[in-house]
Amino acid sequence: MDFEAVVIGSSAGGLKALKTIILGLDKTFSIPIIVVQHMSPHSDSFMSRYFNQLSHLQVKEADEREPVRPSHMYLAPPNYHLLVEEDKTLSLSVEEKVNYARPSIDVLFESAAFAWGSRLIGIVLTGANNDGATGLKKITQAGGLAIIQSPETAEVPIMPISAIDNCPDAIVLKLEDIPLFLNKL
Amino acid sequence: METPLNKDYNATNLTQNIEIELLIEAIYKRYGYDFRNYNKAHLKRRILFRTAALGLNSISELQHKVLHENDFFDLILKDFSINVTEMFRDPGFYATLRREVLPMLRTYPYVKIWLAGCSTGEEVYSFAIMIKEEGLYERTQIYATDFNPISLETARKGIYPISRIKDYTANYQMSEGKQSFSDYYVAHYESVIFNQDLRKNVVFAEHNLVTDSVFAEVHMVICRNVLIYFNKDLQNKVVRLFSESLVKGGFLGLGSKENLMFTDVVEQFTVVDGKEKIYKKKII
Ligand SMILES: C[S@@+](CC[C@H](N)C(=O)[O-])C[C@H]1O[C@@H](n2cnc3c(N)ncnc32)[C@H](O)[C@@H]1O
Repeated sequence: MDFEAVVIGSSAGGLKALKTIILGLDKTFSIPIIVVQHMSPHSDSFMSRYFNQLSHLQVKEADEREPVRPSHMYLAPPNYHLLVEEDKTLSLSVEEKVNYARPSIDVLFESAAFAWGSRLIGIVLTGANNDGATGLKKITQAGGLAIIQSPETAEVPIMPISAIDNCPDAIVLKLEDIPLFLNKL
Repeated sequence: METPLNKDYNATNLTQNIEIELLIEAIYKRYGYDFRNYNKAHLKRRILFRTAALGLNSISELQHKVLHENDFFDLILKDFSINVTEMFRDPGFYATLRREVLPMLRTYPYVKIWLAGCSTGEEVYSFAIMIKEEGLYERTQIYATDFNPISLETARKGIYPISRIKDYTANYQMSEGKQSFSDYYVAHYESVIFNQDLRKNVVFAEHNLVTDSVFAEVHMVICRNVLIYFNKDLQNKVVRLFSESLVKGGFLGLGSKENLMFTDVVEQFTVVDGKEKIYKKKII
């Protein structure tokens, strides 16, 4: 099965969890990764610069109208929703918060499911709310693959637990096993 | 790999995309609003949300209502507009205007500013306050336009929920505001009403960036968080309209994630502040 993209949603504790995943990926891993990490609307672009130094992937804040390319990791900019168009370009929106969040994981996941269907992997990581649960379900309905960080390995288990409730078929993995799983694709 | 489940999903998705195209065509033909070059992912999200919220079985049913119920289109226009806005949004943008741009505008005997896509007016009152504090208000004319008449109605009133004032005050202070923010409004129960004299030099008008032509010749165009909803072709068309509207040496300010660099008019402008997306139209 050829996957064409990975979407990841994380919230409280996400910076550390994302770092573990990034550092665990093989240097040959080149499937594009798109991330929504909840953060304050006034954050700067520290996270993309930091991850870019750590990773062999080109890590950047998503720009509107940008085509999704291999070997790239895109982060949703603070205070904007990030969406994937069906022509596989990225777009941004300032619409109301969804699940009290902007960027919202559900918004990214739902649009990515439309764009990639069964060729998409969705991953829900640590967090203190239930953003991502609905979006992950949409990914599985489209035939895509759902992965959830095991609540025991999550700094805050609420988001993984609510994702598991909503998507009982999802694969639940320990944090450090997620990059290993991705490496084997 | 197509599983049976996934095959159904693909068929539904294809059908929905066809229905969306038809709906957008119907809206254009019936009401003249042209969404054909808007980003699809966002429109689809809004359409599916409305279809579900009304308990309709398909987007075709939504289209039926749009075509046959006159007032129903107002709701769809609101869904598509995304009128989310705030006062002094991105305070650094305003601070940069105060420091870098307004001193230059001060050299003109009168100044015309076009706020395109002004939504419910929070941006308009922010500009009026800033320009007043910078000593320009008496010789400034502000044109505040949007394609949504209902948003403009709110903008004209200048009444906003009091619950937002804490954030707005913080934004105002970060934007290097020079006074006490509470000087500009009076609180009334759950609302605040902005001072009448802030609108003295403002003209509110309906204007559609996609289908209407140059609004007026101006010294500054501000259009924030509108271009993000347009595809490349439409972005090009609209920034050309802005360039045609500006006097030589005039200024253009976009939203923090919008960029002139990838458009057709890039050579007609210089960058005043790359981070805040402020540009200046070249003299020659
Ligand atoms: C997200 S709001 C931005 C408001 C404000 N400029 C800001 O940045 O806070 C987008 C606004 O653009 C308006 N808009 C969208 N398409 C338009 C068009 N074709 N012509 C004029 N206004 C448009 C919408 O009605 C909405 O009020």
